[in-house]
Amino acid sequence: MANKIFQSPTEALEGLLTNDMMVAVGGFGLCGIPEKLIIALRDSGVTGLTCVSNNAGVDEWGLGLLLQTKQIKRMLSSYVGENAEFERQFMAKELDIEFCPQGTLAERLRAGGAGIPGFYTKTGVGTIVADGKETRDFDGDTYVLERGIITDLSLVKAWKADESGNLVFRKTARNFNPMIATCGKMTVAEVEEVVPMGDLDPESIDTPGVYVDRIVVTTSEKRIEQRTVTA
Amino acid sequence: MPLDRNGIAKRAAQELQDGFYVNLGIGMPTLVANYVPDGMEVWLQSENGLLGMGEFPTDDAVDADLINAGKQTVTAVPGASYFSSADSFAMIRGGHIDLAILGAMEISQEGDIANWMIPGKMIKGMGGAMDLVAGVNKVVVIMDHVTRKGDPKLIPTCTLPLTGLRCINMIITDLCVMEMNEEKRRFEIIELAPDVTIDEVLEKTTAEVLVSAACQH
Repeated sequence: MANKIFQSPTEALEGLLTNDMMVAVGGFGLCGIPEKLIIALRDSGVTGLTCVSNNAGVDEWGLGLLLQTKQIKRMLSSYVGENAEFERQFMAKELDIEFCPQGTLAERLRAGGAGIPGFYTKTGVGTIVADGKETRDFDGDTYVLERGIITDLSLVKAWKADESGNLVFRKTARNFNPMIATCGKMTVAEVEEVVPMGDLDPESIDTPGVYVDRIVVTTSEKRIEQRTVTA
Repeated sequence: MPLDRNGIAKRAAQELQDGFYVNLGIGMPTLVANYVPDGMEVWLQSENGLLGMGEFPTDDAVDADLINAGKQTVTAVPGASYFSSADSFAMIRGGHIDLAILGAMEISQEGDIANWMIPGKMIKGMGGAMDLVAGVNKVVVIMDHVTRKGDPKLIPTCTLPLTGLRCINMIITDLCVMEMNEEKRRFEIIELAPDVTIDEVLEKTTAEVLVSAACQH
């Protein structure tokens, strides 16, 4: 059997990286991001990246690390408000960004992984998001054509994996990870635990192993952006 | 007397119904959760992948893997579910969410909304706002009636880039409540805040609006 388990984030990315490639990265804010794979991506020195990710991390963590080193040329995101370095590079026009509505982004990633090159949605009709895009009326309403996304590489974070690459996510750390796992020509999963085959209930697999090429186990820091508590 | 933030949120809570699935925007809309009437079952949807959002956790129950769309740590109520962002927006886009309550910078008289970018300033992104206004069955905007500078926010045509077209069903401000009259494609003022006059509202509104019989002089 092909071994999908790699010993370190660096080894898990070996041979997969080229300058100017497109990489999708899972997570919502800092929740469910493949934090150690992002660090390995930074340390590889790869440049000119186009990153597809709902957010851009914060200055000191997540994709913010790759912004500090200017390895990202272009971002495709729905919301980037938590990152001062991002703001500086964006205002200085050092960084190119395409804003995509969050649901449209999720569906574009899902579609790309599912072999669907485009789909119509009513989200963004009449806004700058629809500028230059084909529209079509269905049953009296106008919809805009959005394209599926296929990436060179996808990096995801899961809770558990088994040796065949089946993944289970935890709580809201799931977010964009399942779709991003499907849309990469190569997909690497960072997980908290790998269990033997048969230990995960086949009824409860979130992402079947067919989508996952490589797995690495790490200890997650799981930083919190807005720690909010009640007394 | 104009309503304060909590007063607006309390009025917005009157739009909740038993069994509703509801998405609350970041900021003032989150306050609406404090005014769900006792005994009413309302399921709060957080678009990052949670249906059945509960209160903020106690300090020892904080879980980094359980946050809301504002990236705050939260809890899940019994009966909650977790799902992917694609599933989350299938619920939203597919018309399965009954009510969304969100803020706005500008609303046009036909119900267009602008709430995500100001040209020339840092653009943070629209997040899920465009999907919510396009997909949710009833979209209620809660906001101050005028900007901090005193300029009307309910205007003939939005000057800022749009979030959505003809999608707002109701506006609740510190001064009044307005409902979209679908037939006439104009908002109708249906309630005034205590001691607020219709003249004051009209003076602070440049959009063409209708005034219900109850709110006439």
